[in-house]
Amino acid sequence: MSDLRELYQEVILDHAKKPRNFHTMPDSARAADGHNPLCGDRLRVFVRVENGVIQDISFTGSGCAISTASASMMTEALKGKSLADAQAVFESFHDLLTTGNHADKDEELLGKLAVFGGVREFPVRVKCATLPWHTLQAALQGSAAPVKTE
Amino acid sequence: MAVTTVKSTRTPKAPAPPAPAFSPDDIRGDFPILQITSHGRRLAYLDNAATSQKPQAVIAAMTRFYNSQNANIHRGVYELSTQATAAYEIARDRVRQFINAADVREIVFVRGATEAINLVAASWGGTNVRSGDEIILSTLEHHSNIVPWQMLAQRVGAVLRVIPINDAGELCLEQYEKLLNPRTRLVAITHVSNALGTINPVRQMVRLAHAAGALALVDGAQSVPHLPIDVRAIDCDFFVFSGHKICGPTGIGVLYARQPILQAMPPYQGGGDMIETVTFDQTTYAPAPQKFEAGTPNISGALGLAAALDYITGIGLDRIGGYERQLLLYAQEKLTRIKGLKIVGTAADKAAVISFVLSYAHPHDVGTILDGQGVAIRTGHHCCQPVMDRYGIPATARASLAFYNTREDVDQLVLGLEKVKEVFH
Repeated sequence: MSDLRELYQEVILDHAKKPRNFHTMPDSARAADGHNPLCGDRLRVFVRVENGVIQDISFTGSGCAISTASASMMTEALKGKSLADAQAVFESFHDLLTTGNHADKDEELLGKLAVFGGVREFPVRVKCATLPWHTLQAALQGSAAPVKTE
Repeated sequence: MAVTTVKSTRTPKAPAPPAPAFSPDDIRGDFPILQITSHGRRLAYLDNAATSQKPQAVIAAMTRFYNSQNANIHRGVYELSTQATAAYEIARDRVRQFINAADVREIVFVRGATEAINLVAASWGGTNVRSGDEIILSTLEHHSNIVPWQMLAQRVGAVLRVIPINDAGELCLEQYEKLLNPRTRLVAITHVSNALGTINPVRQMVRLAHAAGALALVDGAQSVPHLPIDVRAIDCDFFVFSGHKICGPTGIGVLYARQPILQAMPPYQGGGDMIETVTFDQTTYAPAPQKFEAGTPNISGALGLAAALDYITGIGLDRIGGYERQLLLYAQEKLTRIKGLKIVGTAADKAAVISFVLSYAHPHDVGTILDGQGVAIRTGHHCCQPVMDRYGIPATARASLAFYNTREDVDQLVLGLEKVKEVFH
């Protein structure tokens, strides 16, 4: 087994314990629910988009350290980004977790999110990290159906 | 005669000595998998409520079947087939004995407890449950004893009633009595809760069901590995269990149903082996249990299950239960000393299952960290979302013990939990 410290890096634990942008957003035009039935993680992602730019983004819910930290760091990474840039970050993040193939441009896009690279060694936990991101996508697409990992 | 001399000098028969105390060290060697390592560490397998490990005797019985006994049953006139048929039917009788059923025709082989419940819901339920009728379940039920009844209720317009639990995870029996009424057709309850370990007073509950004119189904998936079962003493109409939770193989399980009820039930699936005569106009069915065993059954599974029941009987469920209770007390005492740990489910009568939550770490994280320490536990809702909802939690971590577990396994769990604390401070 890979070292647990690769998975539970300080920055991940910090965000898990003190999630940022952890609140509802009543004035947000879009929100979506995500659910991981396997472990019971449930979260709601709120996003306010103006002129193709993510003006504000937040989340609520309960989940494991990995999904909470991923949601928290996602909100920090994407606030102020254009939808196109946000999509590029999502794709790089997804590659980081699933294939591990990422180019220099991804390093730049990912920034702090690169700490989630360790999750790749724990296949059953990859869905924990990607759930908030899929939920955000659903919110942006105005999908009413909750996102499920299974 | 020498014999006479021997007899005459024999000392009077002393009372049978008590069975020697059970020690897992005597039998751990029977389980090949307990010798492996996980992530380079000794494996502490504490997920027995999900599935049990298999002794060599079970593996050998199945290998022997494929090596030297394999043929289809109830068909061939040749030696191999008649032997396979005999072995399969002996396995059926072994199951009858194990749960003390009156008649071997009351034993139907199925894939597992889930299929057994689906069979009863589709066949008995489809015939006997009508619009407005009621089925009583409990909050403790596994999804497999909820969903088939929900599907039936939706199809025929029946109503499900649910017995609540108290904070300890025990069924509220006064509430149960109030739920029973002339519309109640069936009470379907688990014998032992897989999520919390609660042992339900099934004899009393079956008596109350019968007094109200209802039938009773007992889900024995979690009780059969830990408690001696006597279906005639419980007096239930249906009893179901899975082979793989009692050291048997996966894909084999048992439906016990009282003879007149089973004979009156229509077939569940159609096919070969469950018929008497077939024409394109009409088919007549074989009597139970064959009526409910369409197609080639899981023959090696039935033989493996019989071997598992022999193995368990050889040790003795009384000794197994006694040892597991001691190990449960040891584990609970150790775990309650951990700050921030809360045991969920504290019934007075409890099987060796410990569900718990930590104030500082999510069960999923606990499971990953313990895995790294060679400790296999289950995390999640344990297919019991209503139980989780009752406690207002999304999930628990669950350690479930078996007779081959040791104090060393428990100590490894406790050390693993220290590691969780280290990571999360």
